[in-house]
Amino acid sequence: MAIAKEKLLARRRDALSARLETLTLPEGGAWITEARKTALARLETMGLPTGRDEYWRFTKPESLNAAEPEPAAVFDHGEETPVFDAVERTRIVFVDGVFDAAQSDDLSVDGIEIERLEDAARADIHWAKDIYGAIETRGQTPVERPHAALNTAFATDGVLIRVTGKAEKPVSLIYQHKNETSDAFLHNVVRVEAGGELTLLENGPAAARFNKVLEVDIAAGGRLHHIRAQGRDHERRAVTGMFVRQDEDSLFKSFTLTVNGRLTRNEIYVDLEGPNASAHVAGAALGHGDFHHDDTVFIRHDAENCESRQVFKKVLQEGAIGTFQGKILVERGAQKTDGYQKSQSLLLDDGANFLAKPELEIYADDVACSHGSTSGAIDKDMLFYLRARGIDEKTAMDLLVIAFVAEAMEEVEDERFREELVERLEGWLLRRRG
Amino acid sequence: MAQDEHTIVKEGVEKETVDAVKSLGDKYKYGWETDIEMDYAPKGLTEDIVRLISQKNEEPEWMTEWRLNAYRRWLQMEEPDWAMVDYPEIDFQDQYYYARPKSMETKPKSLDEVDPKLLATYEKLGIPLKEQMILAGVEGAGEVPADGDNSDRKVAVDAVFDSVSVGTTFQKELKEAGVIFCSISEAIREHPELVKKYLGSVVPPTDNFYATLNSAVFSDGSFVYIPPGVRCPMELSTYFRINAENTGQFERTLIIADREAYVSYLEGCTAPQRDIAQLHAAVVEIVILDDAEVKYSTVQNWYPGDENGKGGIYNFVTKRADCRGDRSKVMWTQVETGSAVTWKYPSCVLRGDESQGEFYSIAITNNMQQADTGTKMTHLGKNTRSRIVSKGISAGRSNNTYRGLVSMHPKATNSRNYTQCDSLLIGDQCGAHTVPYIEVKNQSSRVEHEATTSKVDDDQMFYCRQRGMDEEEAVALIVNGFAKEVLQALPMEFAMEAQQLVAISLEGSVG
Repeated sequence: MAIAKEKLLARRRDALSARLETLTLPEGGAWITEARKTALARLETMGLPTGRDEYWRFTKPESLNAAEPEPAAVFDHGEETPVFDAVERTRIVFVDGVFDAAQSDDLSVDGIEIERLEDAARADIHWAKDIYGAIETRGQTPVERPHAALNTAFATDGVLIRVTGKAEKPVSLIYQHKNETSDAFLHNVVRVEAGGELTLLENGPAAARFNKVLEVDIAAGGRLHHIRAQGRDHERRAVTGMFVRQDEDSLFKSFTLTVNGRLTRNEIYVDLEGPNASAHVAGAALGHGDFHHDDTVFIRHDAENCESRQVFKKVLQEGAIGTFQGKILVERGAQKTDGYQKSQSLLLDDGANFLAKPELEIYADDVACSHGSTSGAIDKDMLFYLRARGIDEKTAMDLLVIAFVAEAMEEVEDERFREELVERLEGWLLRRRG
Repeated sequence: MAQDEHTIVKEGVEKETVDAVKSLGDKYKYGWETDIEMDYAPKGLTEDIVRLISQKNEEPEWMTEWRLNAYRRWLQMEEPDWAMVDYPEIDFQDQYYYARPKSMETKPKSLDEVDPKLLATYEKLGIPLKEQMILAGVEGAGEVPADGDNSDRKVAVDAVFDSVSVGTTFQKELKEAGVIFCSISEAIREHPELVKKYLGSVVPPTDNFYATLNSAVFSDGSFVYIPPGVRCPMELSTYFRINAENTGQFERTLIIADREAYVSYLEGCTAPQRDIAQLHAAVVEIVILDDAEVKYSTVQNWYPGDENGKGGIYNFVTKRADCRGDRSKVMWTQVETGSAVTWKYPSCVLRGDESQGEFYSIAITNNMQQADTGTKMTHLGKNTRSRIVSKGISAGRSNNTYRGLVSMHPKATNSRNYTQCDSLLIGDQCGAHTVPYIEVKNQSSRVEHEATTSKVDDDQMFYCRQRGMDEEEAVALIVNGFAKEVLQALPMEFAMEAQQLVAISLEGSVG
């Protein structure tokens, strides 16, 4: 092996051994112990990422690797009600990464089975065996995602959801942060059986440092809508991994709204394995100051006639950094693929940085794949147009910001949620203006 | 044949396709070699070889030291592995680093003294080195218009054969204009002040593995200096020919356009058809001062290897232009059809305010060829502009990657970049990839990047076929249309050759 590679690997392993000093492999039943041990073994061969890794060029991994998290002040939302509060849903609450039964709803819902990971982990056999850590493992090639393997090995809490029919109401995962030094792992699994359908909501600051993995397995004809809101708290650091496998005719739609956050790395890996499957992933991120937001998306087309969309928008100011690394991989034989990827940033002042690497890797000839990436300031003509109609400058700017991210929000199918997110965003922008 | 087992082609065209692909190896029309007596330096690379090359070129001590420093640095470096190319490990000790025709031992004083065999080689390539026989550039052999209506166009040629420059035409006429156009070895002897000032100032000797290797062992190449305010009276051209076996070619080109100067520079290259891969690691440095402009066009047609990937040139090239002056401008145009492996990123450093960089590229890969090519646009000055148009065409079992960087530094305010990279796949056994890096660090700059990947459109094919074209003609037409934006940026005579090359490279790839 080349010397440079060896050195890099040594650094990655050093970072891992420092991290492992404060962790012990949790006890559990046979199925999960096997998954955890395998994950640890995988992790030991790869180590934790360093700034020299190709996919960590734009984001410093040190604070996510460190043995102890940096403390984060608990955010006071004041009178603002939590997102999605007005919607009829099944609430599952985690406080600093630990399930809170008192705040959660009854977990028996028609059309779905919900189980806490801690309970399931005590069993020796479980249906999640073929998913837990398995879909994450597939997502490790060609690019390694060590924090996800770390999560698989050490997470003790989370939920396992099996969707057998059409869920009567959305499932809402609510993450609360109450301890300034909490370091939380959560591992959630969703299995959508053939023809099943679910809307999964996620929101809340979770912990001072949060490492979350969501593994999704969608059988033929299944549908999963995923909507996530991160913010308005700022001190948190989070690394999340979403690993999805889709069978034929299935649908996966995910949208993430991020406002603030010291460091957010959202990794998404989607494997389109059955023909005619469709995956839409989108995100809008808004931040200022020491805000660092990273979307790293990988979509693999491995069957004919699948469709994928990536739409990511970032609004940055006062030194905020937004990064996007996206890839569409079309395997040989995945003919008639329709892949589209868009990453755009709006820079509101000179301190902001946008760093992007939108990739295509294509091995099939009968495909239509494209990507576009742009970066620029607010269009002065548009601003003038609004100002000429008597709208003050700040309001006009906010309007243009919302218009800019609207395209990503369009990926939220359910109008109720889309409208709420837009309203939230308007409120947050207004608040920021003071 | 392995080809038959792996290539799945659509019904109806199977036989023709496979046959045509099989015969493609014979289509490389520059695959012959010149039987000529050569002087070789011993095989392998050591400090002594570096000294020997320096000595053969009659270089001053400072140049020898420059090379040795690069060599020592190179020993510490590792071959890059990030490109999407895959080739067997290169044994850098199993190469000749210097090969010179025996007849060039004492430098011929004029072209008349050059070995007729060498002149015939270039004649056969369509590059006559006799000034009275002016050709409009580096056209293919036998395609000289009979009416001679191109006689008002002149192109000065520096011909490089393996490790040495054979001769440079029109030196007198260029001298009258104040233009210096000669081999780099001559420039090191005759114009040390210019070489010392600029050599390595764009691509430092420590830049990357191949550039550092080149810095240590480059044997010849071209040198151009256009003085202030001079518009070079003719196009300048270098033609590189690899002939000797197991010999790497390491040429170095240095172009300096002083204030308000202009030059259009063409580069062509070919090599014999051989079973063993050969290494080519060149460096091109361009310095552009205030208000000056340089156009650099390449038709790269090194031997690509046979249909099973045997032989061919490994083309590892570092090309960079430094727009040092305000309002300076550079335009890279490349047509890449040859080489087994291409690793090449002609770049622009837009240092001067209002400087401009353009990159137009067509990269065609067929059979087992691999190309990883693109550009870097580094915006440092205010109001700088760059434009990238890249068209990649993959056929056979080849892989074609666009890799690029657009970087807007914090001080490069009000700058613009527009990038378009399109890929076309012909057949279901090839690959097309796009790896752009975008780094924007100020608000007022705009960066736009677009990329598409598609196959030859069925409707367009149907339209052409309906008008009586056969399938290959139709593909060639559609591909030429696809690549038009780039072909148009080429000087006229290059565009003609490039269009033909596009057709030849794709012959047999329909399926």
